[in-house]
Amino acid sequence: MCLGIPGRIIETHESAGLLMGTVDFGGVRREVCLACTPEAEVGSYVIVHVGFAISIVDEAEAQRTLAVLRAIPDAIATELGEPLPAAPGGDTR
Amino acid sequence: MKYLDEYRDPALARKLLAELTATATEPWRIMEVCGGQTHTLVRQGIDDLLPAGIRMIHGPGCPVCVTPLEVLDRAHAIAALPGVVFTSFGDMLRVPGSHTDLLALRARGADVRPVYSPMDAVRIAVAEPAEQVVFLAVGFETTAPANALAVQQADRLGLDNFSVLVSHVLVPPAITTLLEDPDCEVQAFLAAGHVCAVMGWRAYEPIAAKYQVPIVVTGFEPLDLLEGILMAVRQLEDSRAEVENQYVRAVRRDGNTDAQHAIETVFRIADRPWRGLGPIPDSGLVLAPDFARFDAATRFEVGGITTAEHPECIAGEILTGAKLPTDCTAYGTRCTPRNPLGAPMVSGEGTCAAFYAAGRVPRKVEA
Repeated sequence: MCLGIPGRIIETHESAGLLMGTVDFGGVRREVCLACTPEAEVGSYVIVHVGFAISIVDEAEAQRTLAVLRAIPDAIATELGEPLPAAPGGDTR
Repeated sequence: MKYLDEYRDPALARKLLAELTATATEPWRIMEVCGGQTHTLVRQGIDDLLPAGIRMIHGPGCPVCVTPLEVLDRAHAIAALPGVVFTSFGDMLRVPGSHTDLLALRARGADVRPVYSPMDAVRIAVAEPAEQVVFLAVGFETTAPANALAVQQADRLGLDNFSVLVSHVLVPPAITTLLEDPDCEVQAFLAAGHVCAVMGWRAYEPIAAKYQVPIVVTGFEPLDLLEGILMAVRQLEDSRAEVENQYVRAVRRDGNTDAQHAIETVFRIADRPWRGLGPIPDSGLVLAPDFARFDAATRFEVGGITTAEHPECIAGEILTGAKLPTDCTAYGTRCTPRNPLGAPMVSGEGTCAAFYAAGRVPRKVEA
């Protein structure tokens, strides 16, 4: 649960007083708390730890990090509760 | 060198490695304290590529692995109680306690539910008011803000059927404990990039100064690690001992102050035992008095806990870097990711699981 997963914010909203957003992780979408990255906007890439965005990164960084995570067995499936669609390179040993 | 062709930018990897070869004159020993870094080092064979006999020592960087047995046994006892919905990050489900694990309890009828986020556990508590919903709040500084905000949310919603079993640990005190050990071989550290994205790196500055060890905040993709190692080796060769930041893309010196504020509001720093390392002063988080009513350890009476590690598991020596997984008599035979004896084989972030996934076998690894 320690690995942060990068994703792109596709909408934001308030829920019970907290800034929340829907984040797309390479095809899997999750509701994410944005309270710790209040400057993040729709279209921003954020690194998300267990449903909470911790840092804002650029798209290239997000793609690099996702590529590394795809290589760790079950890492993304464990973090998100389901696997991502197949990686473009197909390298998911 | 075949591994280098798999890199995102093989030319840059070669350049970093050539620079490292030109720089290093001694067999420096560098510890990484991040399971994601351990996995990349082992999978990409970076540890085997390093020049001048430089050795990577894999430290206690897996939060699943350092969660003490007593906490797991208490979690298992609470999960077995009637009327309890026990929620946990998925990677804790198969971690063996003294007697069982959460998946086995679920098979026997306990209501154990993996959740993606602690906020999911809060939602279950809202949706199922007749149940007592317990969340196993473990992890390093990376998950602490999330768990803190979930407790704050439960407080705001006035939930009296939500509680957390807290076993949070902090990285800098563990590094200090390793350095205080007279047998410590580590000469430099790679600090975990994502931990520092939350906390920043001010806490590492007095450690670098006091123990004269370089500490490099490093990401966990292959090129990050090669660059972080190069930065550490340059410091060692120059007799410098500073905190440097390789992972500038995501980490600032002050970290994420909103996240730190959530942690400071909900938790207090306290002594904490680490599985494999023992008790470490000021190395963990417990609920602050204002939030103590959410403590599952006091809400549920489960009697005395007597812990027993599997006799063949050498997790403690794996976590301090004293031994490699391939030194273990059970590695790959009686202990595999599907049938783990100890925590480092369970989590994808564990050193044993990283070795297993990379197909490491004993004869390929020098003593």
